[in-house]
Amino acid sequence: MFLFLVVAVYAIVGIIEFDLIRNALPVLGKLILRIFPILMLVFGIMFLTNLLFEAKGIIRNLGKGSGLRGWLLAISGGIVSAGPIYMWYPLLADLRETGMKNSLIAAFLYNRATKIPLVPMMVYYFGWPFTITLSLYMVLFSIVNGHVVGRFMRGGKP
Amino acid sequence: MRIPNSGQQKEAFVKTVRSFTRSLPILLGVLMLLSLAFTLVPEGLYGEIFTGNRIIDPLIGAAVGSIAGGNPVTSYIIGGELRLQGVSMVAITAFIVAWVTVGIIQLPAEALMLGRRFALARNVISFITAVIIAVITVLTLGWR
Repeated sequence: MFLFLVVAVYAIVGIIEFDLIRNALPVLGKLILRIFPILMLVFGIMFLTNLLFEAKGIIRNLGKGSGLRGWLLAISGGIVSAGPIYMWYPLLADLRETGMKNSLIAAFLYNRATKIPLVPMMVYYFGWPFTITLSLYMVLFSIVNGHVVGRFMRGGKP
Repeated sequence: MRIPNSGQQKEAFVKTVRSFTRSLPILLGVLMLLSLAFTLVPEGLYGEIFTGNRIIDPLIGAAVGSIAGGNPVTSYIIGGELRLQGVSMVAITAFIVAWVTVGIIQLPAEALMLGRRFALARNVISFITAVIIAVITVLTLGWR
């Protein structure tokens, strides 16, 4: 349904301004080519997760009662994960079905903002003090973000 | 950790393919929306949006960052240019943080795959924390 709606948007925009769609299509092609390797990586991780980890293990490490270990896994997983954020939705949806907490999903997604390979670029534009300070606050606030989202999803219950 | 047999490997593969094929139409829709957004909004437009007001600009920065998408490097480049144009670091920081933590274009996909309530909550809270992080980062560094 969502894809159908997007195609409808393209059709309407194409009728109003065909050049816009003509310019958007090569951009779409380049995007698809760029994310394809990441897509395969995510597929591989999903397959390995389904193959090697039982629900009990996922719940123990990422579910209710996972404690500090769960937070560390979510934070580090978010930091090291590559590619666009939407590539990781399928894996996270799968993990949540198996028992991963909403708070850890939120923390993982938030920590995707901390990208180690891009640190040199940030340092180039804004300097080391800014880069270190911002990165530290983002990791800290990922925990805040995760807790608040988790509490909201539980309807305010602890 | 148990060693999976061929039957379990096949089962894991089928389960993965099923999850993935459910997600692919949604992911393609997101890519199509992003391509349209990149084509519609030239990067030079970002600098014209900020007003110079130190209270409103961080909110504008977070709002624009929320709608924008793409590689975070683009946000650093734009942020660097905005800094040269005299936009406040609080606004630029909110822009950079919201760029990567809030996703309006991806929101439909996130809602479809992770639930509407989760997607809305996460993005709203991330928007608020983008502004908070921007303010305390600049305060910590003693910048104006």
